[in-house]
Amino acid sequence: MEMNLDLGLEAVDRITEEQLKKNVLFTTLEDVLAWARSNSTWPLTFGLACCAIEMMATSGSHFDADRFGIFFRNSPRQADVMIVSGTVTKKMAPLLRRLYDQMAEPRWVIAMGSCATAGGPYVRSYSVVKGVDQIVPVDVYIPGCPPSPVALIYGFQKLRAKIRYEARARKRVMAHGG
Amino acid sequence: MADEQFMTRLVAALRQAFGETVVLEAQVNPSMYGAPLLYVQTERIADVARYLRDEPSLRLDFLNDLHGIDFPDRMEVFYFLQSHQHGHFVALKVRVDRENPHVPTITGIYPAADWQERETYDHFGIIFDGHPNLRRILLPDDWVGHPLRKDYVPHDEGV
Repeated sequence: MEMNLDLGLEAVDRITEEQLKKNVLFTTLEDVLAWARSNSTWPLTFGLACCAIEMMATSGSHFDADRFGIFFRNSPRQADVMIVSGTVTKKMAPLLRRLYDQMAEPRWVIAMGSCATAGGPYVRSYSVVKGVDQIVPVDVYIPGCPPSPVALIYGFQKLRAKIRYEARARKRVMAHGG
Repeated sequence: MADEQFMTRLVAALRQAFGETVVLEAQVNPSMYGAPLLYVQTERIADVARYLRDEPSLRLDFLNDLHGIDFPDRMEVFYFLQSHQHGHFVALKVRVDRENPHVPTITGIYPAADWQERETYDHFGIIFDGHPNLRRILLPDDWVGHPLRKDYVPHDEGV
């Protein structure tokens, strides 16, 4: 289809303008930022229980999370995503919250597995937090005990879609309105 | 039975060293490598442990396990000793009053008992008299109560 756009570029010649029409995209700054952020979701190196084994496998060579821009960082200052991979005890909860507070915004949280989602098999235990969303706002919940690396990658795809949707819709989407 | 003979010899040696009342009950427990299980007078547990460690024919030089047990009417502390030299095992138990749970520490005899006694204190509230550092070890410092006691009331009931 012939596009009749006037780019308003008076200084360029006609041939260059034709080339620009094929290569220049128009979008909003928010969309570009979300596109960039969604392609470099760097998680914090931080594991709590058996889910962390699956998380480590995800970043290993077989599943190779690096190809999605999922690259583990050792400092909360450099991390975008916190993967809560395992059982959150009441003793660990304040430390987890401190790590979350140390992360720079924008930041996201993935609750990996049934323990982080709702306490899992330890829901009647005296020492376990019944869902990490009581401590930090959670963006994506991944069911499973533990979830496979494929499920974690699927969760990341959901998070990427969410980051882009939130930029387009100009609003945060949370389970509890947080 | 070799296990029975060992138990008889052990009980006789302890009664000779500390008097008749030091061993309250004795039985062979087949589920624990045939180890003799002795109920010992609570206030003598440190003396008994020191004797079992230092006596050359017994030489129980290794504390394998130490934990608490809660029953409706009493609590118990369980000790499992092992001899690397002779290859035998001895299990000891002491009875503890639920309302006033005090047991002498054995950290002076087995330094490995340090953290085990702290864990037993943490979960059951059993106070080990003479322990150098009897603080909570697994639960947060500001925890209220001792959660493995049968009468423990949790702060949250779960979902």
